[in-house]
Amino acid sequence: MTRKGAQVHAMARSFAGLARWRPGRSRRAPLGPLDYGRRLWLRIVVALTFILIYMPIVTLMVFSFNDSRRNIVWRGFTTKYYVKAWHNDGLFEAFTNSLTIAVVSTIVSTIIGAMVALLLWRFRFPGKAAYEGFMALPIVIPDICLGVAMLVFFARIGWPAHMPWPLNLSAITIAHIAFSFPFVSIVVRARLAGFNRELEEASRDLGASEWQTFRHVILPYMKPGLIAGALLAFTLSLDDFVVTFFTSGPNTVTFPVKVYSMVRFSVTPEVNAASTVLILITVLTTILAVRFQNPARN
Amino acid sequence: MESWRKHPLVFWILALPGSVWLVVFFLVPLAFVWVMSFGEKRGLLDIEITWTLSQYKAAFQPVYFKIIWKSLWISALVTALCIVLAYPVAFLVAFASPRAKPILLLLVIMPFWINMLIRTYALIAVFRTRGYVNFTLEWLWNTFWLDRLFGPFVPLELLYNNFAVIAGITYVFMPFMVLPLYATIERLDKSYLEASLDLGASQVRTFFSVTVPLTMPGIVSGIILVFIPAMGSFLIPDLLGGTNAQMVGNVIARQFKAANDWPFGAALSFLLMYATFGALALRALFAGRKSAMEV
Repeated sequence: MTRKGAQVHAMARSFAGLARWRPGRSRRAPLGPLDYGRRLWLRIVVALTFILIYMPIVTLMVFSFNDSRRNIVWRGFTTKYYVKAWHNDGLFEAFTNSLTIAVVSTIVSTIIGAMVALLLWRFRFPGKAAYEGFMALPIVIPDICLGVAMLVFFARIGWPAHMPWPLNLSAITIAHIAFSFPFVSIVVRARLAGFNRELEEASRDLGASEWQTFRHVILPYMKPGLIAGALLAFTLSLDDFVVTFFTSGPNTVTFPVKVYSMVRFSVTPEVNAASTVLILITVLTTILAVRFQNPARN
Repeated sequence: MESWRKHPLVFWILALPGSVWLVVFFLVPLAFVWVMSFGEKRGLLDIEITWTLSQYKAAFQPVYFKIIWKSLWISALVTALCIVLAYPVAFLVAFASPRAKPILLLLVIMPFWINMLIRTYALIAVFRTRGYVNFTLEWLWNTFWLDRLFGPFVPLELLYNNFAVIAGITYVFMPFMVLPLYATIERLDKSYLEASLDLGASQVRTFFSVTVPLTMPGIVSGIILVFIPAMGSFLIPDLLGGTNAQMVGNVIARQFKAANDWPFGAALSFLLMYATFGALALRALFAGRKSAMEV
């Protein structure tokens, strides 16, 4: 979960470059001493590393179409495990839970994260460095410590465990917001860093109130950052396993927790199908997030 | 930037929600765990806070100390493996042509978007007795007629041992190492490398005496980014290690689930927190000394 926020900038750059990418033949100049990018042995080593990274994921996705219960050897193409996963009530319920949690967590953490970003962008105040460190704390501590803390907290304060449907997800949602909004604030703050403060001053000079300046000058500028932050919060919540594992009860199973319990028993095409769906959702969400992060290039 | 005194109302409106949320739903829960780590278990659900250090002492009993020690060396080994695997990738991406760079970077970043549970699950199909590694080895064994010499191929037991855990953590956390390395290699002033080569140093010598020292900040960031989550990993040893290859994370999870010994689990998770803070402090110290040297 953790390091994602820091990588958003690198992703943004990679996408900006992709837009400029034009396939074609390269000129064959003689190999210079610093032309490491064209050294064959280095290319082979890196190609092998990429194959090692991607082979397991690609085979997982391919074998979700495998017509075999034991799923060891390829026995022909089928989509029946997608239908089966869809009709698996437990899986479907877990998926609905995950989406509900992710939507609520995204809305709340985007609002709180944006406010923190505005605060850090606009104001000088005593202890600011310490405050920034405090905001980064949920990002740096190990997931399991956060999960355990949430478990102890909700158990000790006697958070009601048996509530009707959307409310029984409240503990998980609260935990997700706690680790999501610091990420949102990082993304939104990165966007605000490019804002020309003179626009804000001009708006004030022209007689706009604090709220009008925010609503008509700052907010439109923040919007791409807000969308990118929201999409990041959405994937963080949808993907989280460790923290949810400790905060969820028997009636509040999320998609990753359900997949985990299925995985512990066996490797089946049904799990592969469910995993492929989750991979596609998160990858698409992140691509959208990156697109929104640098709108100037679109 | 303006002083908060100029618009105290705006300041407080912006500051309150985030601060309150983080205090109530993050710091207070952590404080609960911290206090509980000084408690003792009295009954099934009864925990008394006696401010004893016995839970921390229990963590250093041989049984648990062995697991802590193992988590440390596995994390250290994984971090080293990640450096060795990530350095060539970061190096190639940093020196790639402007056309190839964005695609390579995308390939590096893509695994971040894929759920860690799913990536770990994908490894089961690779390592199991009838998995891809064993299939490949069997095919090689039969192709080279080794079955005629030594009898039929015996599949290797690759899952549910330390090997699987080390391979799994390396696999999942390797991208964390590539990005900080890439960032520093890209910013590296290439004229230092040219100078070194012009002055007659070999490529190998230039790499170890110029490139590696100059990219040390990236290496240190990468070490922190891999070592901390590796120490705290729970899912990977749980799925790939089974009962034979447990790490601190599994012991913590067990105290809060099946074993139901919360004070002990609390103490262990705070030991993990202290280790994290220690690693971050080391990095801050390192970064401070580095910038002092440059000035």
